Amino acid sequence: MSQAHTEPLGKASEHVHPEEQTNTGIPNKKVAMWAFLASDCMFFGTLISTHLIYRKTTGYPDVTHIFDIELTTGSTFILLMSSLFMALAVSAMHKGNLNNARWSLGAVILFGSLFLGAQVYEFHHFVHDLGLTINGSIFGTTFYTLTGTHGIHVLFGIIWLSSWLIYSFFGTMKREHALDIEVAGLYWHFVDIVWIIIFPFVYLIEYV
Amino acid sequence: MAESIVHDTHSSAKGGHAGAPQKSFFGLLKRPGEGCHPVIDWLTTVDHKKIAIMYGAAALFFLVLGGVEALIIRWQLAGPEREMISARFYNQLFTMHGTTMIFLAVMPLGAAFFNYIMPLQIGARDVAFPRLNAFSLWVFLLGGVLLNLSWFFPGGAPPVGWFAYAPLTSSTYSPGIGTDFWVLSLQVLGISSLAAAFNFIATIINMRAPGLSMMRLPVFTWMTLITSFLIILAFPAITIALVQLMFDRNFGTFFFEAGEGGRPILWQHLFWIFGHPEVYILILPAMGIISEVLPVFARKPLFGYPIIVFSGAVIGVLGFAVWSHHMFTTGLGVIALSAFALLTMLIAIPTGVKIFNWIGTLWGGRIRFDTPMLFAIGFISMFMIGGFTGIMHASVPVDTQQHDTYFVVAHFHYVLIGGSIMALLAGIYYWFPKVSGKQLSERWGKISFWLVLAGFNLAFFPMHFLGMTGMPRRTHTYRADMGWTEWNVWSTVGAFILGLGMAIFVGQIIYTAWKGRRCKADPWDSRTLEWATTSPPQAYNFPRTPIVKTRDQVWADKYDSEEIHLEWGPEEEHGIHMPDRSWYPLFAGIGLFIFALGWVLFKEPVPFIPGFANFLHLQVVGFSLLMLSIYLWALEGPGGYHLHPDKSKDPYA
Repeated sequence: MSQAHTEPLGKASEHVHPEEQTNTGIPNKKVAMWAFLASDCMFFGTLISTHLIYRKTTGYPDVTHIFDIELTTGSTFILLMSSLFMALAVSAMHKGNLNNARWSLGAVILFGSLFLGAQVYEFHHFVHDLGLTINGSIFGTTFYTLTGTHGIHVLFGIIWLSSWLIYSFFGTMKREHALDIEVAGLYWHFVDIVWIIIFPFVYLIEYV
Repeated sequence: MAESIVHDTHSSAKGGHAGAPQKSFFGLLKRPGEGCHPVIDWLTTVDHKKIAIMYGAAALFFLVLGGVEALIIRWQLAGPEREMISARFYNQLFTMHGTTMIFLAVMPLGAAFFNYIMPLQIGARDVAFPRLNAFSLWVFLLGGVLLNLSWFFPGGAPPVGWFAYAPLTSSTYSPGIGTDFWVLSLQVLGISSLAAAFNFIATIINMRAPGLSMMRLPVFTWMTLITSFLIILAFPAITIALVQLMFDRNFGTFFFEAGEGGRPILWQHLFWIFGHPEVYILILPAMGIISEVLPVFARKPLFGYPIIVFSGAVIGVLGFAVWSHHMFTTGLGVIALSAFALLTMLIAIPTGVKIFNWIGTLWGGRIRFDTPMLFAIGFISMFMIGGFTGIMHASVPVDTQQHDTYFVVAHFHYVLIGGSIMALLAGIYYWFPKVSGKQLSERWGKISFWLVLAGFNLAFFPMHFLGMTGMPRRTHTYRADMGWTEWNVWSTVGAFILGLGMAIFVGQIIYTAWKGRRCKADPWDSRTLEWATTSPPQAYNFPRTPIVKTRDQVWADKYDSEEIHLEWGPEEEHGIHMPDRSWYPLFAGIGLFIFALGWVLFKEPVPFIPGFANFLHLQVVGFSLLMLSIYLWALEGPGGYHLHPDKSKDPYA
C-alpha cells in the first residue's frame, strides 16, 4: 500500500521516501500479488485435483451430452481476448495514455462479463433443462464448485477493474497508478491461465 | 509518540487533499492523528510493534484457556472410570484444546515475534503493508472469538477432534452447529494467516536495510520467511477442504458422502497436505528463536549459519512431501507407504544437522545460564526426544502399532511443548527487555523454567508407556484392570506442575509489564540489529537508515574492528515519514466476522429477535461492511505524516 505514489514514468514526485525503494527493485505490491497468486495456485490445484480424483474413482456416466462444447469454446476464446486487452491497458498506462487505457479496460470488463454471462447461461441451462445440480451427483458437486470458484474470481476481477474505470472518470486514476493497473492485470491473466487449465481438464477430457 | 513533534501532514496517496489532519472518505470518520485517545490509538494503530503486543497478549490469553482445557482433561483421566465430566464434554474439550493451542496460541505467538522482531532485524520502519498487518491482527482475534462463541450456543463446542475427520463431521453424525463454528472460524483464521504471510514475504524480500544481503539476515528472519512461504502454500488445501465440508453440511453436496460417490479419505489427504506443513509452521519460528538465543548466551557466532538456513529451507520443502505418514493405517498400498516412510525419515537429516549446529554453537562458548538460555537448552533436549519418536513413526510397522495411542500424544506434545512452547518462552524472556524496556526477574524465571521442565516431563513421558501398552488417545475413561492407572495419576500430577510453572510465567509477565524496573537497552549483550535502537524502540524504529556491514552487526559494533561498524544514512530533512492510522482494517475484520457468523447460523432459527427470519441477513450485513471497508481503505490511501525524532529521548537520533 505504501507504494501508490512512487517513481512512475520518470515523473518527478516531490521526494521519494527511502522506504519506497525496494531491495529487488520490484514494488512491494507486485511481490505481494505474486505471493497471492502462488497461494491461489494451491487453491485451484486442490479443487482441480478433487474433480479429477472423483472423475477417476467414481466412474460417473458420460457427461458429453450435458456439455455444450461450442459455447464453452467460444467463451474460452472471449476470455483469452480479454487478456489481450488487459495487456494493452497496462501498456497504455505505462505510456501515460489514460484515454487508451480507459478503452482497453472497458473492453476487458466487457469481455469478462460476456464470459461470465455465458457461464451463468450454462449453469442455468444445466440446472433447469438438464437437471444437473450441485447436490444431485458427485459430478455436479465438483463441477459447480470448481467452475463456480473460477467464476467468482472473474467477477471479483470485473469489480476491481470497473472500480478503476469509474475512478478514471473522476480524476482518481492517474498516470502514477500504472503499477496498480499492472497488479490488477497480473491477477486477471492468472485467472485466465486457470481457465486454460480448467477447460481441457474439465471439459475436453470428457471427449477423449 | 508524544516525544516527537508532528511536523506536517503528508498528502494522501491519491494526491488529493493536503493539509492537517487527514479527513477520511466522505467525512464519515476522522482518521485518527497524533495525540488521539489511547484506546482509539490501539484500535486504529498500524505500528507493527503495537500490533505484535496485541498478538502476544491475545495468544497468551488463549494459551491459558487451552491450558485450562487440558487440565480438565487430565483431571478426568486421573483415575479409572471417573465421571468428573461427560464423554461429550470430554470430546469438546480435546477438540477445543487442540484447535486453540495450534491456531490461537502457538501460531499467533509466532506471529507476535514476526511482527515485533523481524522489521527491527532488517532495519525497516514497518512491514510492507501496515494496514494489512492490522487487518491480520483483528481477523485473528475475531476468529478466536468466533471459535469460542460455540460454547454459548445450543449443542456447544465441536466434539469432532482437531483434525475433524469425515464422515464424523457430516450433518448426519454432527448435526450441532459447534462443527459449523469450527469450520468457519478456521476459514477466518486462515485469511488472517495468509494476509500476514503475504505481508512478511514482501517485507523481507524488499525492505532490508542497505548492505543487509540475504545471507546476512538473522536466522529468525530467515525462518519467518520460510514459515510465510509454508503458510501461503499449505493453507489453501485446508481452506478448500473446509469449503467442501461446509458445502456438504449446508448445501447437500457429496464431497465426503460415501453413499453418493464421495470419499471421506479425501478429507484426510487434504487436511494433512495442510496439516504436516503446519507442524513446520509451528516449529520453524521456534528454531529461529533458538538460533538467535544460543549465540548470545554462548557468546559465540552461530555455528554453520549457511547450513542452518539451508536446512530450514529443506525442512520446509520436504514438509510438503510427507503428509501421508499421518495415514499409514488407511490402506495406501505398499508403494505409497514406502515412499512416504522414506521421505519422512529424510526430514530427520536437516533437523539433525540443525541440532548438531546448535551444539557446535555451544561448544567452547562462554556460556551464561540466564533464563532464555535455560529454555533454549530445554528446547534442544526436549525437541530431540520428540524428534526420536517422530523417526520411530516414520517406520510403517511401528506406526501401525502406535497409531491413535497415547504414544502419539506423547510424541507431538514433546515437539510442541518441548519444542515450540519452550522456544517461544525463551524468546519472550530474551526479547521482553526489547519490547518493554524492563527485564523479567531471573529468580522467578528460573523457578518457572524448572517447574515447566519437570511438570512437562512428568506429564508426558509416562504417555509413551501408556501408548505402548495400548491406551488409545481420545478415550473418555479407562477400566481399572487395564494397568494404566498409575501412569495416568503421575501424568495428571505433572500436568498440574506444568500448569503452575506456566501460571508463574504469565503472572511474571503481567507483574513486570506493570511494575517492573527499567533495564539497560541491551541487557544481554546481544548481536543483531534489533538491539541497535532504544528499548522499547520509538515509533519509527530507527531515526536514520542503518547501513549494515556484516552478519551479527551489533556484536561487531561492540567487539570488532572499526571498518565493519554500523553506519547510519543521512538524516531525513522532511522528518521521518510515518503511515497514518486507520479504522478500516478493524471494520473489515468485523465485517468478515459477521459474514462468517451468518454462515455458521445459516440454518438456525434466530433467538431473541422475532421477525429476523433467517441469518442470510447477517451474511448481507457482514459482506456489505467488509466490501465497504475495503473500498474506503483503498480510497483513503496509506496517508502519512512526518515525525522529527526527539534527541533527548532517542540517543540514536
